[in-house]
Amino acid sequence: MAIDWAHAVPSILAAFLASLVEFIEALTIVLAVGAVRGWRGALGGSGLALLVLLALVAVLGPALVRIPLDLVQLGLGTLLLMFGMRWLRKAVLRAAGVIPLHDEAAAYAKTTAALRGGLAPSWRPEWARGWDRVAVATSFKITMIEGIEVVFIVIAVGAAGRGLLVPASLGALAALLLVVALGLVLHKPVATVPENTLKFVVGVLLCAFGTFWVGEGIGLAWPGADWSLLLLNGGFLAAALVSLKQCRVTR
Amino acid sequence: MSLLRTIWDELLSVFVDDARFAGAIVVWLAACWLVLPRLPLPAPLLPLILFAGLLAILIEGARHRARRG
Repeated sequence: MAIDWAHAVPSILAAFLASLVEFIEALTIVLAVGAVRGWRGALGGSGLALLVLLALVAVLGPALVRIPLDLVQLGLGTLLLMFGMRWLRKAVLRAAGVIPLHDEAAAYAKTTAALRGGLAPSWRPEWARGWDRVAVATSFKITMIEGIEVVFIVIAVGAAGRGLLVPASLGALAALLLVVALGLVLHKPVATVPENTLKFVVGVLLCAFGTFWVGEGIGLAWPGADWSLLLLNGGFLAAALVSLKQCRVTR
Repeated sequence: MSLLRTIWDELLSVFVDDARFAGAIVVWLAACWLVLPRLPLPAPLLPLILFAGLLAILIEGARHRARRG
């Protein structure tokens, strides 16, 4: 199937940036698990979760192709709007100082403290133990929680556009590889990434995609066809900036 | 059952963290789905109505949450 690059580039970008934010949050917890309970359980839990997530994309993505396109666009567009507008509103509220910013260093410290509390008194070195269930379960859970959002974004921006599943998956895969590389190099939480700015940008992109798919699903004709995505992105960005200003005044 | 409940809660929280805000989006989309194709307006205006409503929900949703503090 030919790739529509007018959709593919924003799809790759949306999947990459959204996945980057989610994987960074997962990395923080996996690093904490690895540092306190050992790397075998931390990497084992994450690896297992990644396999489950990969299977979900492999099963759900192609299955959606069998459903009429307008229904897929309406359904996934609605979910994408609920997800994207929630993200965008939260990014606005965080930027305005209404709710606190997400702090990776604090999340790392909290998780390591909690995991240390769960260590058995008869602690033995990692090579002398079997699989650490707490480590596997903690890593599996966080990778699944953050990964399920990545899977949803990949499927939503990929399946609703037909032929965009591969570009969207590549965007998410690139984010995963980047975060894994950062984890290997830094061995500490990636706290310097402007996470809220990323969420702001991704929220705008997802809202624009969601609105476009819902309009198509309802059977409306967007003026300028695919180019209207530019208008939608600009409109959501402007609305978010107006909201930000209003929220700062309201506070 | 508690595992299923946890999975369901996690899935729900991906889309809904404020029932009022999420409800407004769903109601607006349902209204657009039912009404817009039947409105006797020029075709290029119809998607813009859908879009304008979503922008209004975003702005009002953020303002409402900021006011609550």
